[in-house]
Amino acid sequence: MALLEVSQLDVRFALRQGEVRALRDVSFTLDRGERLGIVGESGAGKSVAAFSLLNLISRPGFIAGGRIVFDGQTLNTLSERKLRKVRGNRISMIFQDPMMTLNPVLSIGEQMVECLKAHRRISSKAARAIALDKLRQVQIPSPEKRLDQYPHELSGGMRQRIIIAIALLLDPDIIIADEPTTALDVTIQAEIMALLLDLCEQHNVGLILITHDLGVVSQVTQRMLVMYAGRVIEQGPTREIINDPQHPYTQGLLNALPQMATPGEKLNQIRGSMPSLAKLPSGCAFHPRCDFMTRQSGEPRAACIEQVPGFVGTGSCRVACHMVAEMLEDRRLKEETP
Amino acid sequence: MSTPTTTTSTPGRWERFRDSYVWYSFKRDRTAQLCLAIFLCMVVAAFASPLIAPTDPYDLRQIDILDSELPPFWIDGADDRYMLGTDAQGRDLWSIVLYGTRVSLLIGFGAVILQALIGVTFGLMAGYLGGKTDAILMRLADIQLSFSTLMVAIVVGAVVKATLGSAFYSQYAVIMLILIIGLAEWPQYARTVRASVLAERSKEYVDAARVMGLRSKRIMFRHVLPNTLSPIFVISTVQIANAIISEAALSFLGLGMPETHPSLGSLIKAGFDYIQSGSWWITLIPGAVLVVLVLSINLLGDWLRDVMNPRLYKG
Repeated sequence: MALLEVSQLDVRFALRQGEVRALRDVSFTLDRGERLGIVGESGAGKSVAAFSLLNLISRPGFIAGGRIVFDGQTLNTLSERKLRKVRGNRISMIFQDPMMTLNPVLSIGEQMVECLKAHRRISSKAARAIALDKLRQVQIPSPEKRLDQYPHELSGGMRQRIIIAIALLLDPDIIIADEPTTALDVTIQAEIMALLLDLCEQHNVGLILITHDLGVVSQVTQRMLVMYAGRVIEQGPTREIINDPQHPYTQGLLNALPQMATPGEKLNQIRGSMPSLAKLPSGCAFHPRCDFMTRQSGEPRAACIEQVPGFVGTGSCRVACHMVAEMLEDRRLKEETP
Repeated sequence: MSTPTTTTSTPGRWERFRDSYVWYSFKRDRTAQLCLAIFLCMVVAAFASPLIAPTDPYDLRQIDILDSELPPFWIDGADDRYMLGTDAQGRDLWSIVLYGTRVSLLIGFGAVILQALIGVTFGLMAGYLGGKTDAILMRLADIQLSFSTLMVAIVVGAVVKATLGSAFYSQYAVIMLILIIGLAEWPQYARTVRASVLAERSKEYVDAARVMGLRSKRIMFRHVLPNTLSPIFVISTVQIANAIISEAALSFLGLGMPETHPSLGSLIKAGFDYIQSGSWWITLIPGAVLVVLVLSINLLGDWLRDVMNPRLYKG
């Protein structure tokens, strides 16, 4: 059985204008030591998915349905006390902005010791020793000195290293990294990502990497999910999706990469922008932006507007798209009637 | 340790303080220095009053009614034994002002500590937990604010005097006044703290602390509270000054300290009756002490507000 199994996750926000469904039917699994990427535009529900894994969605959001099973425990029905034992201890999280995630008034050492003490009965001295060891693992120069420093005395890259050290502090099974490098500059991004990948491999820690950087996903993860408007639209092995994307949206994302553009010409883009979750289009949420809604013969595909696409399998990938489904159906019919 | 030793050692608390903006600004602000000096002198003198004061005004045997209404030293007819003259009962005014300042400061600080304890706890809970807790606590604060301190004092004083006797009331007058002023003014703290907690709550370090699996109580008191300390410091100075004034006002109206254990307020009141008969010093000297005390605290508070709020940096 997989270490983490998310099935049919449904997260809603009760807003004044009515209920907004931030996640629908999100299902995926993560094995021990596996690295999974979650990709999508801003507002696709990536971060909501990450927070709901630890049942940390705060009002007005709530988990309306589905199950999150981690190591035999159903996290979304677990009591707050038992959940606290999972948070930080077995599943930890790295946030986007290292400037904001460390408490400005506590020294690095105090924050690390506190985290250790929340989960283990150990002396402050032993906790400090563990903290120091983790700081060494994230390759911070002069780690002894850092323990007594405050966050404002450190650079962004160093802070993110410290945050990684804190995430590793209790030897978790899974680290959720929510865009861990977006707030850093490009040279440091690569360093931090390499460090994170290295440490995850060393300690056999599972990684859920949330990002909109397809380059990073293809280098770091083994499997990936592509999300659009709160739904997973394509999932499978990273390499297969990157090499041969099926869903028109995934194709669009990959085409939009600067290296895909012809030199001297405008970058490719997906026309339009993601719809508001409060006013989703009918059927496939992507249809107003989709170039493949009309068949090659010129007639529009009604299903795209009327029906939410289900998953169809292409090899080891699964795609939610009427066009792909139709293509597969055609291929099957052709094979049957030679 | 195997790693090479670092050349620059981490600075201790004292070095940190000396490098801080607070110290820098204090060194350049004459008003703040003067106010702090005056305030500290008054606090030290007041709490050392049994050692400094020439007589013990609480000891009736040391008082001679024949010495009453003697003027201070710069006026003819002054007695060498009484530097600032005597009051209507023949008590040495210098001694009794020292003792009175002690009572006033005790009530001022006691009431503010009580206000802060209630107000900060309620404010933190209201801001951090939100929802129903927030609504209930803040409505409580509104209700409390709609009663003035005077009204609370009159009601509590009347109830206590009626049920336990006025002897009991005067015996525990200090504690009663701390309770009354503390309870009447906690919403000031609660509102200020709630407002800054709301701002802090949405910051990522709070989410990070939750992700670490820390308890709400711990997050509130150890992570959020230290980040809201600057407004707490600033309103504390205002509140101490206010509490001292409230106490003086209550005592002046006869609802506070009895004349046998006078505070500055009861001294002013006691002397007020003699102002027409020419013994103005009995009321004016404690009055001047009160004004200087409150003024220095308020000016210190102003300086602290400027230091703690970077947005108010004067160019």
